Amino acid sequence: MLLEVEDLEVRYGSVPAVRNLGFHVAEGEIVCFIGANGAGKSTTMLALAGVLHPTRGDIRIESRSIVGLAPEDITRLGIALVPEGRRIFGGLTVRENLVVASGLRGGIATQRSMLDLIFELFPILHQRFDSRAGNLSGGEQQQLAIARALLTRPRLLVVDEPSLGLAPKFVELVYQTFGQLRANGMTLLLVEQSMRRALSLADRVYLLKSGSMVLHGKATELAERNDLEHIYFGGVATP
Amino acid sequence: MNAIQLMVDALSLGSQYALVALGIGLIFGVMRMINFAQGDLIMLGAYALVVPTTADVAPPLIGKLPALALIVTIIAIAAGAGILTERFAFRPLRRREADGATLLISSFAVGYLLQSIVLFVHTGRPKSVSIFADLTRQMEIGGVRVAMIDVVTICVTVLLLLAMLVFLRWLRWGIEIRAATEDFTMARILGVRADAVIALAFAIAGALAGILSLLYVAKTGVLDFRMGVPLAIAGFVGTVIGGMGSLVGAALGGLFLGVASSLLQALLPEVLRPGRDAFLYGLVIFVLLVRPRGLFAGRNVGERT
Repeated sequence: MLLEVEDLEVRYGSVPAVRNLGFHVAEGEIVCFIGANGAGKSTTMLALAGVLHPTRGDIRIESRSIVGLAPEDITRLGIALVPEGRRIFGGLTVRENLVVASGLRGGIATQRSMLDLIFELFPILHQRFDSRAGNLSGGEQQQLAIARALLTRPRLLVVDEPSLGLAPKFVELVYQTFGQLRANGMTLLLVEQSMRRALSLADRVYLLKSGSMVLHGKATELAERNDLEHIYFGGVATP
Repeated sequence: MNAIQLMVDALSLGSQYALVALGIGLIFGVMRMINFAQGDLIMLGAYALVVPTTADVAPPLIGKLPALALIVTIIAIAAGAGILTERFAFRPLRRREADGATLLISSFAVGYLLQSIVLFVHTGRPKSVSIFADLTRQMEIGGVRVAMIDVVTICVTVLLLLAMLVFLRWLRWGIEIRAATEDFTMARILGVRADAVIALAFAIAGALAGILSLLYVAKTGVLDFRMGVPLAIAGFVGTVIGGMGSLVGAALGGLFLGVASSLLQALLPEVLRPGRDAFLYGLVIFVLLVRPRGLFAGRNVGERT
């Protein structure tokens, strides 16, 4: 199993933001986390990346525990996070943003093939290679954030709310990209607020509420249930 | 005093402050810590020139090496000392996720420790030392005589700032330092090694301190175990008025402070001169009232997440 999470608990101070959470992602899958604001999705992603430290539980990449590792070491093991808000380096150029991300695998010069793929996916980044990243539109910044993560050569790409605040045409583009990445063998873990998009793209879906898992299953099976909206917006799952 | 002399004088002091501010700004950028020990690294580099002795007259030690060897050795000592302070005083705190205030206090402790060691080894009496004696001569620019050391200080600073600019713009390590200055956690998520970036920042800041040791001693010829304190304060004020989080801003802020200080000294009426610093810091307060985030504020300089 590429990623296994067991009995995860993450606290902000004394308040648990996530508890008793278990899930897994297998090689080649697209897995989606859905849930309302405050459900603990982003917290979970930050814990995967080593930014937040779990107070309980275990996170394993191919059976190796990564709890307590520094973010940079987790990136070396193959998890790349595109965090909420994208967090591009606004004062750096597009090129410089990519340079920072490529340092891990030998620098930008040795990453020609990945760079070619990135420019094929996101031609705008090629056009605006020497622009300040802070001057890009939200959609362009999201493309840069994903490109950056790809340059770390991840085995698992984690993207938190890829469509948040984007114009519809960019959302379309970003989701197309995920399809292409999957075709290239990438494993994806996405956080999504839109259940419709999650169900149409993902192989499996986990639904979080108030820091706990309330429902999970194959996207095709969940799509047939008619009580999903009800659960998402606060109801209780009936078996 | 003629206008050219005044300008050279002001820019020379401004250059010194710019170099301290740059060292403090670099470390603040990656660690969100004000490193007051930066001034004491300058002091340490200066004392390394002479034989450690409690005698009043200290014979030169590294100070008698040939110029190039002397320069390289002093820079290496100060950079090494910078790396050691990071390794043993700041890294353990960072591991425990100490906040900026704790790190600040720690930097004071490191500063006092360095001062106390020098006090113990060399005593507290100021000592004189002479390096690069040729530089104390006067030279002629545009028909007026100015001290060669001032011109050298300005030129060295300009070259260092240009070198830093090239490093930060074009080399991967420099770009990583800028990225870490903007968003340290995000840089780490992209695989940038926190320890390496911070150690590098301390090494560069230490090297800058070493260069300043040489320029300072060549100008004044005096060693004093407290000589670093006013420099650190000036550098700190420089980074604040320049804008915390902006390296160019830090350097320009330091330059501004030094130039303003020299100009006030020269242009204030005789009777007001003893109160120069009151005017200087009044000006600093005014700048901060008008531009609370500094003259060249960087974005995103809040607490780390």
